[in-house]
Amino acid sequence: MNTSLRLRAGLVSIALLAAFLGIWHLATRSTAPVTTMSPEYAKLMGLTATQGKSAMPGPLDVGAKLWEHLKRPFYDNGPNDKGLGIQLGYSIARVGTGYLLAVLVAIPLGFLIGMSPLLSKALDPFIQVLKPISPLAWMPLALYTIKDSSISAIFVIFICSIWPMLLNTVFGVASVRKEWVNVARTLEVGTVRRAFTVILPAAAPTILTGMRISIGIAWLVIVAAEMLVGGTGIGYFVWNEWNNLSITNVIIAILLIGVVGMLLDQILARFTRMVTFPE
Amino acid sequence: MTDKFISIEAIAKRYPGAGGATTTVFENLWLSMKRGEFACVIGHSGCGKTTVLNILAGLDAPSEGAVIVDGQAISGTSLDRAVIFQSHALLPWRTVLGNVAYAVSSKWRSWDRAKVRAHAQTFIDLVGLSGSEHKRPSELSGGMKQRVGIARALSITPKMMLMDEPFSALDALTRGTLQDEVRRICLETGQTAFMITHDVDEAIYLADKIFLMTNGPGAVLAEVVENPLPRDRGRTDLHRHPLYYALRNHIIDFLVTRSKTFTTEKPDHDPRNVPVVHIGKPGLSIASNGEEPRQTWMPGTNPGLSA
Repeated sequence: MNTSLRLRAGLVSIALLAAFLGIWHLATRSTAPVTTMSPEYAKLMGLTATQGKSAMPGPLDVGAKLWEHLKRPFYDNGPNDKGLGIQLGYSIARVGTGYLLAVLVAIPLGFLIGMSPLLSKALDPFIQVLKPISPLAWMPLALYTIKDSSISAIFVIFICSIWPMLLNTVFGVASVRKEWVNVARTLEVGTVRRAFTVILPAAAPTILTGMRISIGIAWLVIVAAEMLVGGTGIGYFVWNEWNNLSITNVIIAILLIGVVGMLLDQILARFTRMVTFPE
Repeated sequence: MTDKFISIEAIAKRYPGAGGATTTVFENLWLSMKRGEFACVIGHSGCGKTTVLNILAGLDAPSEGAVIVDGQAISGTSLDRAVIFQSHALLPWRTVLGNVAYAVSSKWRSWDRAKVRAHAQTFIDLVGLSGSEHKRPSELSGGMKQRVGIARALSITPKMMLMDEPFSALDALTRGTLQDEVRRICLETGQTAFMITHDVDEAIYLADKIFLMTNGPGAVLAEVVENPLPRDRGRTDLHRHPLYYALRNHIIDFLVTRSKTFTTEKPDHDPRNVPVVHIGKPGLSIASNGEEPRQTWMPGTNPGLSA
């Protein structure tokens, strides 16, 4: 039953993909009549003008280009021509650094706030004001104070991924089942040991959920941040290829951003499952 | 006094209510137990039974008064007083062995892993869970979970066990078996036990002493009923004992009517000297109720009457 459902869902997915690619292919077919012109002029005008080729690349163009990229993911021909593997590597490294810094700050701080009603109330107004700020709004301030575009991008990742983690940690720690805390109390377990043996495992699923939301946001923001700071990264690649008017490369980048984002989410989802125990 | 292993002295619990008023759940409550005694508290919801238990456990502090256990006033929780929670309160990320070992290693911090495991295993065997040590709570039935809760409480060899309706979430059959286990363990180890229950038969089977509490707010401990049934009573032939129905009817009468009217009917009730009721002994306090002990079976009496 379950496997047959999965099989049928898979078949529907493949059918939908095939239909999408088919429509895309038909919509971007060369349709306009081929005009004759002098070969030199034709070279200047490009295929769109000479053979009626659609300005939008078709799936076959994208596929061919993607294959080319996948064959040589790590080439480096100078600042404006690097392999997609290198660009993605830069983006992942920035997200990873900013995100890890946010984890190091958010989880201990969230623990403290969650365990102390005083701190929770005192810090609440700050968190409420800081949380809704678009991370990119920090960019000018970061560039001005840090004076390094790459570190500024990392800072933006840090600031955008800290809030979901912080709030989920606070919530998870504050709402640990009273009975579990009482078990620890009747066993005369000290505060530190209680924090690690009862509160942390009890709050772990909520904390991991916050981390999962954060990695999603961080991956959304890095593209925009790299478009601003430039230089390297998949966001810069997208903008650079837009300036080159290479729609094919833009589409490939969009596809890869989606795939990497999905992988990051799946990794965190797996971690969440590892720490979640049904009662 | 030396025969009071546990002595609750004039405790009160008040909560701030709306508009600066305070709600008194109970006040001037006195209660004592001997070492090795099994006591059950019966009363309707809201009379503060759980609060009394939490105060005894040290999880809650009384607004007034003190609790003396083994000659010492208690402050906070202690490994001497183990609690069996109504909802078992097992840590779902630990296995059966892990849950019990957590308690063991909390009591004996210097023990090495092997010693902790061996000690925990003894108590898992005691409650009949051998073979399920490595299961997580989610893989266990309700009765098995509560067995783990009992093993965890016993493993720290406490001076007394506190149980807050430990079997109320279980089906009748499982409840019966667990009552047998608890009774056997308490008799074997001479454990002092304090249990809250809504189940009159459970109280009659398990308790040496039954504390009857009136309805809250302003609840008082109305009577202490001595269980007249022999110590070697069995669960299956309990109801054949000549005093069983007298005892049972007395408790149910209290729950049905007197728990509401007690405070108005007995304005001179002295909370320090709560009347002790000896069912079946003529001339003692049962007569103060104005009723003869009834020993006939009454059709339609709901054996599981609860609050």
